[in-house]
Amino acid sequence: MFSGFMVNAWEVGTMVAVVGGVVGFFVVLRGSAFPAHAIPNGAFAGAAGANLIAVNPLIGLGVFSFAAALGIGALSRRGRSDAVTALALVMMLALGAAFLSLSTQYEPQIFSLLFGEILGVSSSEILPVAVLGVVCIVAVALLYRPLLLTSIAPDVAAARGLPPQRLEIAFLIVIACATTMTVPVVGALLIFTLMLGPSAAAQCFTDRAGRAMAASVAIALATIWLALACAYETNWPVGFYVSVFSAAWYGVGRGYAAWRTRLRARATRGEVRNVTVSS
Amino acid sequence: MHVLFEPGFFANAPVRTALVIGAVTAVVSAVVGVFVVVRSQSFAGHALTDVATAGGSAAYFFGLSPLLGFIGGGVLGAGAMDVIGVERERRRDLATGIVLATALGLAALFLYLDTTNGATTGATQQLLFGSIFTVEPSTVPLVLGLSAFALVIVIAVNRPLLLSSLSAELTRARGINLRAVSVAFMVAMAVSVGLSSIAVGSILSTALLIGPAAASVRLTRSLRASLIVAGALGVVTTWLGILFAYDSFYWVPSSQGLPVSFFIVSLIFIAYLISGVPLVRRAISRPSRATSRVDPGSVDSLEGGA
Repeated sequence: MFSGFMVNAWEVGTMVAVVGGVVGFFVVLRGSAFPAHAIPNGAFAGAAGANLIAVNPLIGLGVFSFAAALGIGALSRRGRSDAVTALALVMMLALGAAFLSLSTQYEPQIFSLLFGEILGVSSSEILPVAVLGVVCIVAVALLYRPLLLTSIAPDVAAARGLPPQRLEIAFLIVIACATTMTVPVVGALLIFTLMLGPSAAAQCFTDRAGRAMAASVAIALATIWLALACAYETNWPVGFYVSVFSAAWYGVGRGYAAWRTRLRARATRGEVRNVTVSS
Repeated sequence: MHVLFEPGFFANAPVRTALVIGAVTAVVSAVVGVFVVVRSQSFAGHALTDVATAGGSAAYFFGLSPLLGFIGGGVLGAGAMDVIGVERERRRDLATGIVLATALGLAALFLYLDTTNGATTGATQQLLFGSIFTVEPSTVPLVLGLSAFALVIVIAVNRPLLLSSLSAELTRARGINLRAVSVAFMVAMAVSVGLSSIAVGSILSTALLIGPAAASVRLTRSLRASLIVAGALGVVTTWLGILFAYDSFYWVPSSQGLPVSFFIVSLIFIAYLISGVPLVRRAISRPSRATSRVDPGSVDSLEGGA
């Protein structure tokens, strides 16, 4: 399990989980689950297009995901952002369908772009993943405070003169960067799942931003490691395990949050006179 | 004539079935879509296509009717989204995302199992991209019946639906059960999306649901007008797309043709972009503004967005 091609899978999986956890923290906080689904899912069309004109799929993915981020950001100013995201997604998918019909693409390749083929990662693919991963994390670190403020207290952020729309576009570009990094190696499904489930669970466990981000990385790592081990044992797709484990984590998180709320309510009811409930 | 319609366009049986199915799907999707857009549920509307696809791939695996899988998957998914969270706006997106991710994971598993079993080659492509030209004529009556079912639900709850997207308090004050209205709408949406994903493929399903409706809500000022414009836009783009796709067999050197979904989606996307041009908006929405009164049926105050 820890030799040969599996070593690459462990390394790439770990990197993807760290980036997914960090970026996912803001995806959940800002309620941007739809763009986090649309950009990776649509960007696969870029890889199909790159195949058609015989360039590196990474370039096609990059071009498509950045175009999607900028397009969604720009069109959202004038229309409903969820409708715009849906339209951008189907436009990219339709282009992908056109590219595929022009080339004689073999079907398993579509499957792997969408659902991932992490067990087939070659050593030469690891370096670009690592570089883009570092870029993502640096970008989140730079944007950390303004993003946090616009997500939690939009009024305060506006009073301080932070431009919400420009920050939204900047954040979409971070998602695009994470997409370019991860889709070729783990597929569109896996990165979406890793950005959503673990972070959503983490935010059920704690209210503090820093802790929630750390917890979200930890849960994402646990998810991918467990999923890789299970996929190795059973030969079933990694994406299946990652999505099921993520959903399970979220269920545990919601359960914990509900339990804590009930506990707190009982505490306040019991000693309502002299209690100071700190959160 | 032959410049526009390549030979045999109207004599071709698959083309005729495609024109009928395409028009029905476009109208139902557009009507449901207007409410989806006004209620800002585009993410759920799109996610249900993938959830339905997961149901379809499961049905392939268990040897059940794919239509049953698509509709059953969609309704189950809609129920799960409702259970996980509709209370808060942000939570709703999250709930949709979690259900979507789980469904995609299941789809990955079943598609993998389908392919390794070797029973259905090309299942991935068929399920994901589906083609309007491969609809079997025998499924047409079923599609028509279920479409009517979805339409009846939406029309029955149309006023509480609109009212509840304007103001939850006002709806509650009138003694309307918000939860029941929202569940009924989710079921109608699931049926409509499940149908369109199996009839025209998951890409077109989302495109026809959101595109014409989003464009028409920007252009019109009353519910009736936006329903009519959305339906018309959906049918026109679908028929033009089918025509172009048919003709494209003669354009491309490989004589393979381009997928119909590519043409329809491009036309819808262009229509949406045009609907945002201020000049067009003013020209179209001015005449109806004079006649529209302030009533709960008006989408006036909802037009625009974040």
